[in-house]
Amino acid sequence: MDRANIQVDSAGSLRHFLTIEGLKRALLVELLDTAESFAEVTEREVKKVPLLRGKTIVNLFFESSTRTRTTFELAAKRLSADVININVPASAATKGESLLDTLHNLEAMHCDMFVIRHPDSGAAHFIARHAAPHVSIINAGDGRHAHPTQAMLDMFTIRRHKKTFQQLIVAIVGDVLHSRVARSQIHALSTLGVQEIRAIAPRTLLPVEAASALGVHVYHDMHEGLRDVDVVIMLRLQYERMQGGMLPSEHEYYRLYGLTEDKLRHARDDVMVMHPGPINRGVEIDSAVADGPRSVILQQVSHGTAVRMAVMSRAMQRSTVTGSVRESS
Amino acid sequence: MSRISIRGGRLIDPANGIDEISDLHLADGRVLSVGQAPEGFSPEETIDAGGFVVCPGFVDLRAKLREPGQEHKGTITSETRAAAAGGITTLCCPPDTKPVIDTPAVARMIQERAAASGSARVVPLGALTRGLEGQQLSEMAALLEAGCCGVSNDRRPMSNLQVMRRALEYAASFELTVFIHPEVPELANGGCAHEGAVASRLGLPGVPAAAETVAIAGLLELIALVGVRAHFCLVSTARGAQLIARARHDGLQVTADVSAHHLHLSEYDVLDFDDRCHLQPPLRTMRDRDSLRQWLAQDGIEAICSDHQPHEADAKLAPFPSTASGLSGLETLLPLSLRLVDEGVLSLPDMIARLTDRPARILGVDAGRLDPGMSADICIFDPEAMWTLAANSMISMGHHSPFMGWEMKGKAVYTLLGGRVVHEPAI
Repeated sequence: MDRANIQVDSAGSLRHFLTIEGLKRALLVELLDTAESFAEVTEREVKKVPLLRGKTIVNLFFESSTRTRTTFELAAKRLSADVININVPASAATKGESLLDTLHNLEAMHCDMFVIRHPDSGAAHFIARHAAPHVSIINAGDGRHAHPTQAMLDMFTIRRHKKTFQQLIVAIVGDVLHSRVARSQIHALSTLGVQEIRAIAPRTLLPVEAASALGVHVYHDMHEGLRDVDVVIMLRLQYERMQGGMLPSEHEYYRLYGLTEDKLRHARDDVMVMHPGPINRGVEIDSAVADGPRSVILQQVSHGTAVRMAVMSRAMQRSTVTGSVRESS
Repeated sequence: MSRISIRGGRLIDPANGIDEISDLHLADGRVLSVGQAPEGFSPEETIDAGGFVVCPGFVDLRAKLREPGQEHKGTITSETRAAAAGGITTLCCPPDTKPVIDTPAVARMIQERAAASGSARVVPLGALTRGLEGQQLSEMAALLEAGCCGVSNDRRPMSNLQVMRRALEYAASFELTVFIHPEVPELANGGCAHEGAVASRLGLPGVPAAAETVAIAGLLELIALVGVRAHFCLVSTARGAQLIARARHDGLQVTADVSAHHLHLSEYDVLDFDDRCHLQPPLRTMRDRDSLRQWLAQDGIEAICSDHQPHEADAKLAPFPSTASGLSGLETLLPLSLRLVDEGVLSLPDMIARLTDRPARILGVDAGRLDPGMSADICIFDPEAMWTLAANSMISMGHHSPFMGWEMKGKAVYTLLGGRVVHEPAI
């Protein structure tokens, strides 16, 4: 198997967007800058640019999603691309055609880009490896592995408020073990050079070995972990964690790790509160905090479109070049 | 031809302490003598083994042949041919065929088909429980009579420890060796990679080392209670190997093997979701790999096996967690073992012992040595031959290997089974 980074071409341009890991800081900054220019577009009266006119983008979702799919769709439409949404429930996928057959069928219909969400870690890599050379793959979440556009919109939101990453202490709270969002955030934050990344969770949600592999400082206590942080990112708690015996109850989780005004007092005064959504009020976060002055949760959602426009246009610009080379050869 | 002389090779027969340039003479499918030919012996064929190593044919403790039931992945004919090309003359196949080897009929059918195809000897393991379901004991005595060399529940879980105890006791009544894949299913929890740095980064569900070591520690207590002979298959952790070695030191009749790939690869080879490294048990840490090598050198682990599991191409065409685990290993068993010699882990005779006499003893079969009168199962290999592993040159029906594209050193030139040449250089 080719061990080269399949996300970038030989010139270092983005080809697929599968994971933040392995991408250079300059490329991430470039994406943020591009997103910044698209953010202006989305605030204009006419919210469209003709960059991807004539291109076809397929949202191929093997897991349900509302927000992510919608912002991808909106981003594609604002770039003037044609968009098709395909939702494949997991049960249908197992009895029907294979993932690869689905991909090749859509390729045969001359689609240019696939935005993929799948319950298996590594699904986006797998598809990128088997896709035709002119096709770009964007990972919209694969298993527990990565959700790179979510991480980039979080970085975008942080940069808008904090200007630089260098001095920041960022705490990620909750189910890091099962979270593709957290993994991508950690890679993005460390690539962009923050001072410290903390993870706050009981050990069942963050084994010691996993924490050291990811390069985060672990805290089991919220009061200690939140001390002097500039950014706190709350993760959604899945109900399955209780069934799986990883946590005793929602009640105890909220008491220990739920973000309340009281706990937030340990952080810096200008702390930002983030959450990739959808939020569980009263489970991982108190409504007063979620809706409070330090919360940027809704801004994250609105930044989603601009960031995804940036990723799509970057990846597609590259693939347009290869496509034409292929046709002329 | 019934009389063969193999001349001028480096003859290595670890069981008899032989390592010298010497001739080997065969008659009527059996070993006749080493060194001088008996007076009046006139060979019908002479094989020039100058520059080659001549040793007993290899004995592989674990190779799935896929027949009966999964002939789209491999057949007894195709996979025994691959074995012959790899210098392997005796294969032990696990009982997880379809139907399962839990009746004498299936056990006999496999041996008969192997005999008919004629490329390698196949000794089946019988199922420890009916249908490998982990609940009711199989008819072990009948399986023994039908040629099974031991019993195993393969990688399927036992319903509880009481059933396991009874199965061990029943097997011990007939002096059957129980082949055990140590894993606590609840701790493995459906994982597909070693729980550690790489699985954490890739977000792959992990199998902790403790899934293996907890099983070994608990089973060793049961084995001590029952007094059965037990063999641990595919040990993958340093701690597991240590527990087994210590138990043997304390007097238990326990042995262990390790796969060739666990001696060369680690969790890092899974990076970027390389599904060819989707293996059960998973590739562990580099420390585990190094420690397994040490235990192999110190006899804590007695044998190297291929853990051959051929698959059709489609079995790997999915995202990593959804792919079938396993690789095709028969044709790389020798070069991967020779690599251990090159890397100073084992001497050549010690390495050969772990592919011949040791596994043969574990199986309780008459193989793996060159005493006069033994079946002439012989491998003649060129220890210096350089070749590259490529799918189109593999004989196994399965073409998945993490070693694809690797430069290999060492190749079987001739393989003889019962004095018959079953693999020879293509002309």
